[in-house]
Amino acid sequence: MAGGSGITATEVRDWIRAYAAAVAEHRTELVRLDTAIGDGDHGTNMDRGMRKAVEKVEGTDGDDIGGLLKAVGMALVSSVGGAAGPLYGTLFLQMGTASAGREELDLAGWTSALESGVKGLQARGKAEPGDKTMVDALVPALEALRGAADDGDLADALRRSADAAEEGMRATIPLEARRGRASYLGPRSVGHQDPGATSAQLLLAVAADTFGGDG
Amino acid sequence: MKKLINEPDAVVREALEGMEAAHRDQLRVSYDPYVIVRADAPVQGKVGIVSGGGSGHEPMHGGFVGRGMLDAACPGEVFTSPTPDQMLEATKAVDGGAGVLHIVKNYTGDVLNFEMAADLAKGEGVEVEAVVTNDDVAVQDSLYTAGRRGVGITVIAEKICGAAAEEGKPLAEVAELCRTVNGQGRSMGMALTPCVTPGSGEPSFELGDDEMEIGIGIHGEPGRFREPLASAAHVVERLATAVVEDLPYESGDRVLAFVNGMGGTPLIELYIVYRELDRFLQGRGITIERRLIGNYITSLEMAGCSITLLKLDDELTRLWDAPADTPALRVC
Repeated sequence: MAGGSGITATEVRDWIRAYAAAVAEHRTELVRLDTAIGDGDHGTNMDRGMRKAVEKVEGTDGDDIGGLLKAVGMALVSSVGGAAGPLYGTLFLQMGTASAGREELDLAGWTSALESGVKGLQARGKAEPGDKTMVDALVPALEALRGAADDGDLADALRRSADAAEEGMRATIPLEARRGRASYLGPRSVGHQDPGATSAQLLLAVAADTFGGDG
Repeated sequence: MKKLINEPDAVVREALEGMEAAHRDQLRVSYDPYVIVRADAPVQGKVGIVSGGGSGHEPMHGGFVGRGMLDAACPGEVFTSPTPDQMLEATKAVDGGAGVLHIVKNYTGDVLNFEMAADLAKGEGVEVEAVVTNDDVAVQDSLYTAGRRGVGITVIAEKICGAAAEEGKPLAEVAELCRTVNGQGRSMGMALTPCVTPGSGEPSFELGDDEMEIGIGIHGEPGRFREPLASAAHVVERLATAVVEDLPYESGDRVLAFVNGMGGTPLIELYIVYRELDRFLQGRGITIERRLIGNYITSLEMAGCSITLLKLDDELTRLWDAPADTPALRVC
């Protein structure tokens, strides 16, 4: 585990494996959330995509974190489908571009990678905070990271970022969806937690667990 | 829910294998990634027409692959958009040097994946234009939604654009025609029952025996309004009023009327719907010049229907009447 030092390629592989396991574990919950306000396939699609991502990451040699993240992005783009495929795919592809050639990421490196990913995802999906999408978990998480000093404790910053994502995820419940399939329901989308925000929150919670040790 | 399948995870592949075995004269299927391609593709000098979307809407889109309609279709998992690599593969397979038109239904997933695919295809030197269909009047087109859904007009656009491409019209013209059809078309649907995806095994929503959903999409999502069950005459008046007043279609207009079943409603009921629609439009001085009645854009076994109108002119009527030879739609 990282302790006070940076995130290594080995830990990035662990993160992807742990996220795949978390998605598999929460598959039914994601399907249930998506059935309420979407079409009920989010858990199934993410599970299929993350299995492919794990295969890709295990077949990618070397310590280039950028290469690993791009491999994850390509796997998701070509196997998830729906809106989540291009959105999560773009997130990872842009994180990969931002960390190309890096064998270790410190807090500033992780923050700038996630920043590029979220920027790319927003450019593709055109969602803003408050639209009841994955952006509602990701943007608060990013802001929490930015709020941490560059030389701050990585584990602590990751934990605060995961907590912010969780808070953002819960805050989607009273919102009326303005993007994606849930927006067709209009006011009937109120009172349900967004499935995309839920899978995004899981991603950051698993990052905090994997990169932050027991933090 | 009982289903006539072997394995929930193999539904899409096994259905494709069945289609391929049944329709070798019209199409061929590749499996990695899934693409259904017209048997004689690429046709040199002809604009290729590609569409795609989640499975579960059969016969759309794969059933419309063949001469005079689609050159290729990309089937996703059930109710899940296909992926950019499928669309890229399809685009390359049908490019006969005159470029390729992507007909995309307005769903966030379909639009995003087709956008990525168009970027990739252009990078490989294929000329691509995309037209997004969005004819569903149940959804408000505003900054605060993903916009109107693409539904019934997509089937009609595929037929009319397919005919124009077959005649050798250039890409820009076929794309413009597609925008015209979409612009002059409007739809609305309703459901008597939800549907059950093979993956989840659960109904897509709960609906009482005495209730119906008005303003549904085609992915088992609930509608805009839940109302007490009513007669066919009342339902048609409800749907057709919303459709007619949206464009609006006016006295003296000639239209193509498309009464579509959602998958679980028998033809006998669809003809009652057509009867009511015919009367309704006559009452408003609108003439049905062409019609299509049947299950063409479905939501698995959902019971219900949708109504689509297209305002016709001589050219659109001529292209609608042009020959097509596909598994699901044949015009001689």
